[in-house]
Amino acid sequence: MMRASKPWQGLKANFYGNNFLVLITVVLFIAIYVAGVFIYRDKNFGSLNSFFDMLNSNPGLIIIAAGMTMVLISGGIDISVGSQVAMYCMMFAYFMENRQANAYAMILIVLVTGVVFGLVQGALVAYLNIQPFIVTLAGMFFARGMTAMISPQTIDITNADFMALALRRIQVPFGGYVNAAGVYQTPFVYLSVVLALVGLLAVYAVMTWTRFGRNVYAVGGGEQSARLMGVDTKRTKLAVYTFNGFLTAFGGFLFCLFSTGGAVEKAQGFEMQAIASAVIGGALLTGGVGNVIGSFFGVLVQTTIVKFINFNGTLANGWSNIVLAVIMSFFIILQSVFAYVRRRRE
Amino acid sequence: MTRLRALTRHRLFFPLVCLLLVLLLNVVVTVATTGSPGPFFQISLTNGALNGPLVTILNRSSELVILAVGMTIVVSCSAGTDISVGAVMALSGAVSIWLLGFGELKDNGYHVESYVVPYAVGLLAAVAVGALCGAWNGFLVSKLKIQPMVATLVLYTGGRGIAKVVADGQIDKVDVASYKWLGNFIQDADGHNLMPIPTAIFIAAAVVAVTAVVLRRTALGMNIQAVGINNKASRLVGLRSNRIVLVAYIFCGACAAIAGIIATSRIGGIDANNCGKMLELDAILAVALGGNSLAGGKFSLSGSVIGAVTIQALTTVLYSINVSADQLPLFKAIAVIVIVVLQSPDLKPLLQRAGGVFRRLALSAKRAGGPA
Repeated sequence: MMRASKPWQGLKANFYGNNFLVLITVVLFIAIYVAGVFIYRDKNFGSLNSFFDMLNSNPGLIIIAAGMTMVLISGGIDISVGSQVAMYCMMFAYFMENRQANAYAMILIVLVTGVVFGLVQGALVAYLNIQPFIVTLAGMFFARGMTAMISPQTIDITNADFMALALRRIQVPFGGYVNAAGVYQTPFVYLSVVLALVGLLAVYAVMTWTRFGRNVYAVGGGEQSARLMGVDTKRTKLAVYTFNGFLTAFGGFLFCLFSTGGAVEKAQGFEMQAIASAVIGGALLTGGVGNVIGSFFGVLVQTTIVKFINFNGTLANGWSNIVLAVIMSFFIILQSVFAYVRRRRE
Repeated sequence: MTRLRALTRHRLFFPLVCLLLVLLLNVVVTVATTGSPGPFFQISLTNGALNGPLVTILNRSSELVILAVGMTIVVSCSAGTDISVGAVMALSGAVSIWLLGFGELKDNGYHVESYVVPYAVGLLAAVAVGALCGAWNGFLVSKLKIQPMVATLVLYTGGRGIAKVVADGQIDKVDVASYKWLGNFIQDADGHNLMPIPTAIFIAAAVVAVTAVVLRRTALGMNIQAVGINNKASRLVGLRSNRIVLVAYIFCGACAAIAGIIATSRIGGIDANNCGKMLELDAILAVALGGNSLAGGKFSLSGSVIGAVTIQALTTVLYSINVSADQLPLFKAIAVIVIVVLQSPDLKPLLQRAGGVFRRLALSAKRAGGPA
């Protein structure tokens, strides 16, 4: 791209590049959304409230998908995140309700636990060269089992400090609608969404503008070459998993603000939702390619589909999975076509 | 001495040691609870059926063994895992029941009281569905060059959804006695067991035997490994690597369907939400425990089978010390970590380096403490 003598050549190279996939995701999201606005006109699909609902129910996934994208870019994978989220929720619920722990202290403890969890996984991956899939599979089992160890019961959170954080709303003065009873509904986002979006931008900044971020892309693009360029690949991998552990704990906290309770079955399949978001957002599991912002739109596409099925009301809940699978097929086939075109051009 | 070294270097040595350790753990727990190791090895014949912990372990591990066989082939030739097998189990089970009963809706869910089509047709349909799912996965992996995990993520997400739509979101039941034969015992009309060994063990043994014979007696086994070690090179020497990968995925799908048939037969129905849930991970674990690299290439079928039985034996011992099903994964995780860390080739140099650091520290401490 840099060598392009004429500006449009760079543009053309970019056309088949990764950013184009992100663009397609964005366009697809807008298309589905606008379709929803027209199809469900009478159900206020198009109101800002309805859009904010999607964010309000997914603050955890936004952060975890961003972390997952980073791990995928580094050429690894972390399938333990769903179980970890369940464990953090249970930690919050159990220690605050049954042990009267302070809410803010618990946030700190959970974040530290996440860092340690990530550090151990990262050390096993980087320094013992065990496949990330196996390490994080063990992490997944460990966290899920630990959740049941902490408490097999379902615990609802009632802690006043925590609930104040969970219910903190930020209202927007426009874009609402008048409901059937004639009351104006002010659109709002929860504090957790704001935290999630700030976190997302922070991860994007780290991945784009820091040496660490570029090292991650380099390691994922080709470990051997990265090492020859002088990147400490082992330390980079360790840092990736540790950072992801932190992000997972943060995402778990945000998820807990939304779900306000702990249970063994919480956040099941979360890791696959995160991977699906990253794939829809243009990340490759082979590493080196991906974009944190793309994964955010991946989350939005998934959420919109679920919303569609829910708004319809007559379809079995299996359909949202089927539609999601179809959309994922579309994206991976598209990726494959682009890869083919790129190979042909070279 | 050299013979001992040759033994410990054998690729099945480590998986076998793991299995023996877990069995030993079973024995220890049995001794601790009953006072003698006898009950663990006891095999009794009641009502024409063999009973006992060892039989139960083998019986319960049948689905996992079958899944692990398919998974081994897929891992070997495509250096990736098929994470859709659990969903394919549910889907093929749901389709076969739907076909057998042809969708007669009773008050709560489908109750199939008599077959509309012959039983064999239902089973064949299930295997066909599994193979079709495998073909889709294989097409994505071999033709479109999509990483196996992403390719199979599609059916992982959608397969259970289709199963739910086929089953109409209900838990379908089959009330025909013969439907339960495959997951339990083959019985005559009066409910007497005709075969003392659980049918699932036969099916698993048959799948393993047929696969092993085909892979050994034909060049297929070698070709699969060749493709796994270097796809491009094997294509250049004249192997149709794409087709081999495709066949591997179809085979894996069919294995998942057979496992699905056993699982639905065990409970006499299909629960699309829970049939084969998380079993894909156990299957991958079985492959890894069997000493196979998840990066593809050389594989050992017997290793995977041993791995699958090990997982089931571990589950049995944990249940017997009152670990709940929810807590079970924690202990599984610890076992996995211990096993893979011990298997890691990077462990030895790391320990040596750590040992060197300690020795140097001790040496410098001695020097510092000595005469100045």
